[in-house]
Amino acid sequence: MATAMDDPHVEHEHAHPGEGQYLLVALFLALVTGAEVVLYYVNIDFRIYAPLLGVLAAIKFATVAMFFMHLRFDSRVFRWFFVTGIVLAVTVYTVVLLTFHAFDGGT
Amino acid sequence: MSTVEERTAPVGQAQLGHHEAKPGEHGWTQTGVSSEKLGMWVFLGSECLLFGGLISTYLLYKNTAVEGPTPRDLYDIPFTSVSSFVLLMSSMTMVLALAALQRGDEYRCRAWLVTTALLGATFISGQVYEFTSFVKEGMGYTTNTASSAFYTLTGFHGVHVCIGILMLMSLFLMSLRGRLPQARAEVVEIIGLYWHFVDVVWIVIFTVVYLIP
Repeated sequence: MATAMDDPHVEHEHAHPGEGQYLLVALFLALVTGAEVVLYYVNIDFRIYAPLLGVLAAIKFATVAMFFMHLRFDSRVFRWFFVTGIVLAVTVYTVVLLTFHAFDGGT
Repeated sequence: MSTVEERTAPVGQAQLGHHEAKPGEHGWTQTGVSSEKLGMWVFLGSECLLFGGLISTYLLYKNTAVEGPTPRDLYDIPFTSVSSFVLLMSSMTMVLALAALQRGDEYRCRAWLVTTALLGATFISGQVYEFTSFVKEGMGYTTNTASSAFYTLTGFHGVHVCIGILMLMSLFLMSLRGRLPQARAEVVEIIGLYWHFVDVVWIVIFTVVYLIP
């Protein structure tokens, strides 16, 4: 009988993190949220401010998905379904917003 | 050395060292992953499209108001920041509930489940307060297109949080009745996935709707 070690298609799931790691992740998320709020009150160019906030939100999103939702540790099948939904949503709605010139300040 | 079939048991079971499902037994799946968990991930993938549509609608209408105050005129960023922090921390307590059950500590699991539900309820209370103060300031649901889009988006998210709270309380009651043993930790994990999704959606809403002008 073929074994898991012999089968190159069998992916290996990893154990979930421990409580200490969850607390560190939560602390990191709290710090990033704090940074977002501080940025809101700092007077910087919108062309820097908006992308920076977008990157911080993406980091928080990915951190929650990878560590709290265990996407980093679980089967890749789950990751594909979720990422497909995200990519589809971002693509479809970016096209919609561009079609209506939402980023030009009018509809 | 484990066989392919043994390797395909859900990771929750594998971690706990429980009996791993073999073909024909309950819990075995041909895909090698838990069907219930896969179902939740597919659902969450579809939810991305729902919230993507609502966020896009808000972005389209936020600058089109011809009368009345718009959400941007009334935002209380410090207040919403605290609400966001509360929801973020509820994700942490949710994974702590799962971790507790995975190591067989049902008492602590219940405590974290209730804490998560309370943090969710705090977030909802904040949203009710925010909506009430906005209405008092003259921004109702039909005041303008921006307000309609804002209430629809944040209201839909609030309903998701409320459903999450109901599910958390159901888990708590199941645990009290002894129907949520260590072997069923995956149930908590699946509800947790929904809860974390509600959290990540709020991460996007907080940035796109509240922080970016």
